[in-house]
Amino acid sequence: MGKQTIVPFGPQHPVLPEPIHLDLVLEDEKVVQAIPSIGFIHRGLERLAEKKEFTEMVYVGERICGICSFIHSHAFCHGVEGVMKIEVPERAQYLRVVWGEMSRIHSHLLWLGLMADAFGFENLFMHSWRVRERLLDLVEATTGGRVIFGSCKIGGVRRDIVGGAMADVTKELREIEKMSTEITSVFEKDNSVKKRTVGVGVINKEDAYLLGAVGPVLRASGVSSDMRMLGYGAYGQLQFQPMVETAGDCYARTQVRCKEIYQSFGLIRQAIERIPEGPIETKVTGTPNGEFFARLEQPRGEVLHYIKGNGTKFLERYRVRTPTFANVPPLVHMLAGCQLADVPVVVLTIDPCISCTER
Amino acid sequence: MTTHFEEQPIIILNREELVAKVAQLKKDGYRLVQVCATTLADDFDITYSFDKDYKFESLRLSIPRTDAVVPSITGEFFGAFTYENELQDLFGLKVTDLKLDFGGKFYQLAKKTPFNETKAEATAAAAPKPTPTPEAK
Repeated sequence: MGKQTIVPFGPQHPVLPEPIHLDLVLEDEKVVQAIPSIGFIHRGLERLAEKKEFTEMVYVGERICGICSFIHSHAFCHGVEGVMKIEVPERAQYLRVVWGEMSRIHSHLLWLGLMADAFGFENLFMHSWRVRERLLDLVEATTGGRVIFGSCKIGGVRRDIVGGAMADVTKELREIEKMSTEITSVFEKDNSVKKRTVGVGVINKEDAYLLGAVGPVLRASGVSSDMRMLGYGAYGQLQFQPMVETAGDCYARTQVRCKEIYQSFGLIRQAIERIPEGPIETKVTGTPNGEFFARLEQPRGEVLHYIKGNGTKFLERYRVRTPTFANVPPLVHMLAGCQLADVPVVVLTIDPCISCTER
Repeated sequence: MTTHFEEQPIIILNREELVAKVAQLKKDGYRLVQVCATTLADDFDITYSFDKDYKFESLRLSIPRTDAVVPSITGEFFGAFTYENELQDLFGLKVTDLKLDFGGKFYQLAKKTPFNETKAEATAAAAPKPTPTPEAK
């Protein structure tokens, strides 16, 4: 055994827009152990539920994260609806799918850009974000917001996509899909991308499962698990299967996300074809009394919003378990054995969202 | 089309039974989804959730706040170290036999164990203290 050195990685680092800290124990350039610590910007949002009415907490839930904001608000609403057994109108459920999948596409395109930036492919980074801008324009056109959609509410959604707007969405998505093909083919075929990702940061199927990995990290290791298969929203009415790879390395995690972009385009198309006319919200009366664990699939993986009501307008407990929090132990596992120069790329492949983790 | 809400059974058990039950779930092919604590007036409710093939199941302990000690499940699911360090850092629970114990330093917090009080206790603690009367002085 060589001499061991401890190198601090973060909380401030060029590949990390948000603070997470890793103590990397090195032998020469090889990482033998990574010890994480978090909580640098912990906001205690969960305890706000004791001071804000449950209907106001939708806004707080949506602001946990600026990337998967819509799905956070959907998860919170689904949790309260689960406690109060609220029937959400069918049209609202389809609209939730449309906006949820737009979130996934924009999150994955953002991630592809960050990933390209992490291994020094600046041009690819800018192209990925250029395409993402088109998608954000579409989000803005349908919801009025680019970061915070503000469209989900307990019992349904706040706004509709009416008239010929659905046809415009379909047309624009076709264009964005075509532009995305140029980006994802580079991630799939380019030699320099493969050099930095194939065989790097490997986690096998059993370890990923037992360490509690979720989302693309779990699916890239060969486990077919996607919370959309539970059928929440209108997902139960749509045809799709989880995107799975088996290698468990950085390349596999990249490919899962690339495939999921096209899966999301397909899901939006299916939803638009099947969306029925009708109301978009149910009037909610009463207060939540009981508990429910809302499990939804965010771009980064399974998110869990636990809602416990006590019959008052304030929740007794609101707990959010984010996908990045669940992916910290698998990250620590995949870092052991990799080279120091690969650490930023490996960290990026769990698509860390510290803003979510520090809810 | 009706709104889909999954079944979510919760098994109540005591802390002596926890590790054996978790070991059984691991043997049956479940994965750990989350560990969550709730601060109640006299107790902590701690819920351990698991999933297998989209079947969601939870175990629940009710631990007196005066004896806030729970056994670690990191012997079965090592990934639970994040949740259990969270229990220690945010709630002030003591987790025994934790495989990776940060000793209260996993979260870098301004306030120690900020979730270790109920809403009523937090409100009472934040209320302005009455000015002492001359007699009291």
